[in-house]
Amino acid sequence: MTGESYILEMENISKFFPGVHALDQVQLRVRRGTVHALMGENGAGKSTLMKILIGVLKKDGGTIHYDGGPYEITGIRDALQKGISMIFQELHPILDMTVAENIFIGRESRKGLFVDKKKMLEDTQELLDRLGVDYIRPSDKMRRLSAAKIQMVEICKALSYNAKLIIMDEPTSALTEDECKKLFEIIRDLKEKGTAFIFISHKMDEIFQISDEITVMRDGKYILTKPADQMTTDELIKAMVGREITSVFPKQQSQIGEPVLEIKGISSKGAFENVSFSIRKGEIFGLAGLMGAGRTEVAEGIFGFRKLSGGEIWLHGKKINIRSPQDAIRYKMAFLTEDRKYTGLFLPLSVSDNVIMPSVKQFLKAGFLQKNCVKKAVQKGIDQFAIKTPSARQTVNNLSGGNQQKVLVARWMLTDPDIIILDEPTRGIDVGTKAEIHKIMSGLACQGKTVLMISSEMPELIGMCDRIGVMHKGQLSGILEGDEMTQVNIMRYAAGLTV
Amino acid sequence: MNETQKNRMQTVGTAFREFYTRSGMFLILVVMLLIVSCLTPNFLRVTNLLNLLRQVSFTAIIGCGLTFILISKNMDLSSGAIVSLTSVVTALFAHPGEYPLAVSIILGLFVGVACGFVNGVIIANFAIPPFIVTLGMKEVASGLALLFSNACPIPDLHEEILWLGTGRVFGVIPIPCVILALVVAVTWVILSRTKFGRHVLAVGGNETAAVISGINVKWIKIKAYILVGFLASLSAIVLTGRNSSGQPSLGSGMEFDAIAAVIIGGTSMSGGVGTIWGTVIGALIIGVINNGMDLMNVNIYYQQIAKGVVMVAAVLLDCLKNRRTTRG
Repeated sequence: MTGESYILEMENISKFFPGVHALDQVQLRVRRGTVHALMGENGAGKSTLMKILIGVLKKDGGTIHYDGGPYEITGIRDALQKGISMIFQELHPILDMTVAENIFIGRESRKGLFVDKKKMLEDTQELLDRLGVDYIRPSDKMRRLSAAKIQMVEICKALSYNAKLIIMDEPTSALTEDECKKLFEIIRDLKEKGTAFIFISHKMDEIFQISDEITVMRDGKYILTKPADQMTTDELIKAMVGREITSVFPKQQSQIGEPVLEIKGISSKGAFENVSFSIRKGEIFGLAGLMGAGRTEVAEGIFGFRKLSGGEIWLHGKKINIRSPQDAIRYKMAFLTEDRKYTGLFLPLSVSDNVIMPSVKQFLKAGFLQKNCVKKAVQKGIDQFAIKTPSARQTVNNLSGGNQQKVLVARWMLTDPDIIILDEPTRGIDVGTKAEIHKIMSGLACQGKTVLMISSEMPELIGMCDRIGVMHKGQLSGILEGDEMTQVNIMRYAAGLTV
Repeated sequence: MNETQKNRMQTVGTAFREFYTRSGMFLILVVMLLIVSCLTPNFLRVTNLLNLLRQVSFTAIIGCGLTFILISKNMDLSSGAIVSLTSVVTALFAHPGEYPLAVSIILGLFVGVACGFVNGVIIANFAIPPFIVTLGMKEVASGLALLFSNACPIPDLHEEILWLGTGRVFGVIPIPCVILALVVAVTWVILSRTKFGRHVLAVGGNETAAVISGINVKWIKIKAYILVGFLASLSAIVLTGRNSSGQPSLGSGMEFDAIAAVIIGGTSMSGGVGTIWGTVIGALIIGVINNGMDLMNVNIYYQQIAKGVVMVAAVLLDCLKNRRTTRG
């Protein structure tokens, strides 16, 4: 085989961090005009490898060939000039600028001293036309766009640099199924025109839908590369974790009792309207729906983080009044939010501080924090949820995504809640951790807790939940139970149709 | 070099790096002390060192309070003006034979608590940047200080107040240093061992997450501003005693020295990070610069320049350090 069919060949790449052998002789070969999936649990070294490729990190060993020649890189700008674009998992557009300004930032078209707005708008329109995207205008402000549209803008930006290789890190984690489909259409279209993709995702079904070849990494090592159509999900999972996962969704049957939390016609202006459901003891109730359907907002409303404009919340058969998260926590509720970084973690603080924050009161004696009690409780959480951290004093910012999520689980379990609200608890975390979190949820239900779970992954909801409520445009369009819980039924309700 | 030696060198290297990340500013203070004591033999005299400590006390007391403000990602520009206003109010009620001593001290401390409360309530309840609110308070407090005093010093104070500023314990240790030590001990315990202290870190680390964790963020902010106001007034009363008169511009510019001490001490302007111990070291670094240059007869204007350079350098060093320890 000649090097010509490959756009990128990374061979024997090594990288050391102080005390860690982050990459050990890793290889990655991407063919022209294909989608290449890069798989591995969090901490497997995928991001490190990609950062080396785009010049954010320097490699300590190995060779890279790109587009038929040796590849030397000085930084991310250099990578862009060479036709390699990376679309990061967390996008940071400049929200008050327009689509056109975001795409051409740093290389604005000029007319003498001034920025040539007209030309930038025209060029952007041309790019959007090339993608066949008619639902974004070049003059739209980024702030007004949904996550999916922002994703499209990023792809436009990559195209504007004539990218030959586009790296996408978890591009669908913020997208609904419908938006994913659109994204995949565009990827297929570009692929046909010769663009290659490196696609990083944790969602198995997606990987098999979109990719041509799969490379698996584990613990900084290269495991295998195989055409996607010669691989099964089980085989892939096994290669990633190096052990058998018997079931991705290990749901145990729990004892379901009387209703605990009853939501009666709650509304919040501009977010959702007249939402009613009740969750019983030992039950896991799912909330499904497309992005923007109001699922997170309902959870925030119940927890007192968002003002309700109407409706009632009943707990154990009594009407309660929740005006703030403080009240909700007093009623033994816990809320694991959707966005770890913005609403969950205290990034500059230690694992220990992150865990104890809502329950500091437990550890006070005469007004003073009992350090030994704190230490014991935090260590118990670290052990119980298998949080990988050098110590409880480690800054939480330095942990991997999956471990950060487990820190948050440990935080809320320490408050000993009766009602647990989980908003996208497994988004963007690796398969192993995902299974662990599912196990924890299942265990909570068996202990007789009441669980409300929001997820965009339908298999996860169907696997975990006893009943699923589906939202559409701020309203609960239906509740599914037992055999009715199928992807088709969920999608129909989510799209506003009846089953 | 054989293997064991190499390994030992490496261990020493990592140990040093760890020590440096944790106590870098302390090392810089030690180096500065060495340099200054080499250049001016008088520096290491006990009388001079105690004098230095006393000079530092006034800003360091305020700095301990400001540490809470900066950790919670807030700002306070009014503490200097609060010092001035407190000085005037305390002095007005401290003439021997008019009111009991307690009245002047309690009123003085009340000034800081009240100003802090107003700052805190406005900042906690409205979306006005702390920078602007406290800048307003600075103007108001400075104006009130001038108004109440007719812009003149107010002499003739209780003996006890003078003693606070000039007295010595066991005839050796200046009272301001003793007060500073108490303030450091108490604020250190508050920050590291109480619910309020942990919650201050949480508010600075991520305000939204703090709300969702059931923390009363508004009340935490108000308390932090009351604390810094109280400490500014405490510092003001002692400083008034030191100057044996109430002075309407006593604290002008003090807020900047105090903020500089906090920042040099490693407290992050982006919130969630900081220690009382660091602030004390920051204040000492500024003190050594001032005192050392005084002894060397360096023009006072150079001292100001040096302070500015050290502050920016300290933050720059911190940035570089963080860049090295952060990885993908």
